[in-house]
Amino acid sequence: MLVIQQVINGILLGGIYVGVAVAFTLTIGILNFLNFTIPALFMLAGMIGWSMSFYGLPFGLSGPMGWLPSLGIGIICAILASLLVERFTYRYMKAKHGDATEHAIPLVSSLGFLLIFEYIILISYGSEGRGFHTPLADLNLRVAGLVISIPQVLSLVVSLVIVAGLSLLLSRTKLGRALRATAENPDAAVLMGVEVNRIVPIVFVLTGLFCGLAGALFAVNYGEVSPFMGEQVGTKAIAGMVIGGLGSVWGAIAGGLIVGLTETLSIYFFGATSSQITVWALLLALLLFRPQGLFGHNAIGKGKF
Amino acid sequence: MSGYASGLIAIMGINVIFAYGIYLTAAAGQLNLGGAGFQAIGAYAAAILSIELGFGIGMTIVFATLFGGLVGFLIAFPMLRTRGVYMVLATFAFAQVVVGIILNSDTLGGSMGMIMTDYVEYQVILGAALAVIVFVFYLMSTPIGLAMRAVHDDEAVADLMGVNKRAIQIGAFTLGGALAGLSGALYAFYFGFVEVQYFNALLSIFVLLYVLIGGTQTAWGPLIGTAFFTLIPEALRIGEDWRFLIFGVLIVLMMIVRPEGIITRDLLDRLWLRLSPGGRKNA
Repeated sequence: MLVIQQVINGILLGGIYVGVAVAFTLTIGILNFLNFTIPALFMLAGMIGWSMSFYGLPFGLSGPMGWLPSLGIGIICAILASLLVERFTYRYMKAKHGDATEHAIPLVSSLGFLLIFEYIILISYGSEGRGFHTPLADLNLRVAGLVISIPQVLSLVVSLVIVAGLSLLLSRTKLGRALRATAENPDAAVLMGVEVNRIVPIVFVLTGLFCGLAGALFAVNYGEVSPFMGEQVGTKAIAGMVIGGLGSVWGAIAGGLIVGLTETLSIYFFGATSSQITVWALLLALLLFRPQGLFGHNAIGKGKF
Repeated sequence: MSGYASGLIAIMGINVIFAYGIYLTAAAGQLNLGGAGFQAIGAYAAAILSIELGFGIGMTIVFATLFGGLVGFLIAFPMLRTRGVYMVLATFAFAQVVVGIILNSDTLGGSMGMIMTDYVEYQVILGAALAVIVFVFYLMSTPIGLAMRAVHDDEAVADLMGVNKRAIQIGAFTLGGALAGLSGALYAFYFGFVEVQYFNALLSIFVLLYVLIGGTQTAWGPLIGTAFFTLIPEALRIGEDWRFLIFGVLIVLMMIVRPEGIITRDLLDRLWLRLSPGGRKNA
């Protein structure tokens, strides 16, 4: 019974990772860009959400807000921050230097933004964790002796809806076709009349939206936010993305859930600190023996989605 | 010399050696985002050798360096199966596994860390750093350095021209692991303790940034990059949090105006021409 409870917990924990993993896989799949600001965007939504519910808008424009509008503003901030990253990192990666470390340029730049966002929040609100209380937090479903937390079910459902929606967007709409064309070959996409310069910001808006939603769900689930909340979840989401296959949207679901399951089960069987080894050893093994992931394809930028 | 200055020299020295460890792989075209893992291996090897096995300081540092090199050599084989973003992720995962193993090992002190009984002064670190700098500059001026540069600039062409690409890449990982191990051992002896929390993902990120911001084209890069990011915040005398914020802004700006790093081959050529009396005026 206890094991079944752990499996349920693992799947529900994985629900949070899925949202962030989808954001990673989207930018890497379409733009071939490992966007390290994603953990910061996730954190921004949570921390700004907390700040809105505690202080309200800056300059005394409003008093403390309810939890729902607070998180809404948090998500909007994550989207705006993501667009800022697009403006200053991705747009400059066009420069060609023709050596092997060239693909590091946007990656390094996004690491810079990771520091900027994290330390702006640290300077503004300090480093301690902050309580974020919602009426949903204490709702639990009890089925045959198993405890299922309603907010966690909610986050899993939201994550699955996001992925399903994204998958539909990519496969059915004109925008989706343009995105896939850009992923396949940006130069050819331009020649075929796709306005790549307009498409790229959309990828970043989606990235900000997914991270923001995941951050908001995290705040509702755990009732606590902190400037460091992105690091743990972000690195686990990277693991989930790779396990699912870089650039594979459905793979991100499987990957996120596998990481969540691995984490809770290894904590249950081997103790609290063991998940650090199991999750990353799984990732390392996969990278070395099946780098395309469980569901992805081998070459980045070719035949995804 | 004041305690402040000697402390700064020691940190700078450790970081420079560490940065050269990461630089050697980057100079051969491989991005290593697992620096913290390699440094942790050196630091814990030193702790075990010194505390448990009773080695002297000199022997401990030598063996910790060799052990770092051995791990670098062994890890090179699986790592070189991956490329580009995959290698960034694989080296990152490697560092996480190393930290995880240390965290779960009672022999290595788990999350409590280990306390060293021996201590080295900053002069030792300064000496080691100077020796490493001279060594890397020499290495980059030999045919091996030229081969590394060729692999860095274009792997396929270097391979076609008869450069033993695989040997160069494995060698770069081995030497890089050794230097990172050396920096870890010096860290352990200078600070008197090792704790696994220090060797986190952020450390791997920072050391890679020192190298990439400094520039991977010449051996000057890591030295200038490390000095830039160690000394400028000190000169500005600002709080820890603002320091990292400014660090972030500088990184973003650097990637916009000068993505190939502060020091490039071109810059050095021009400086050299200007300084030499017989040099052409407009190169």
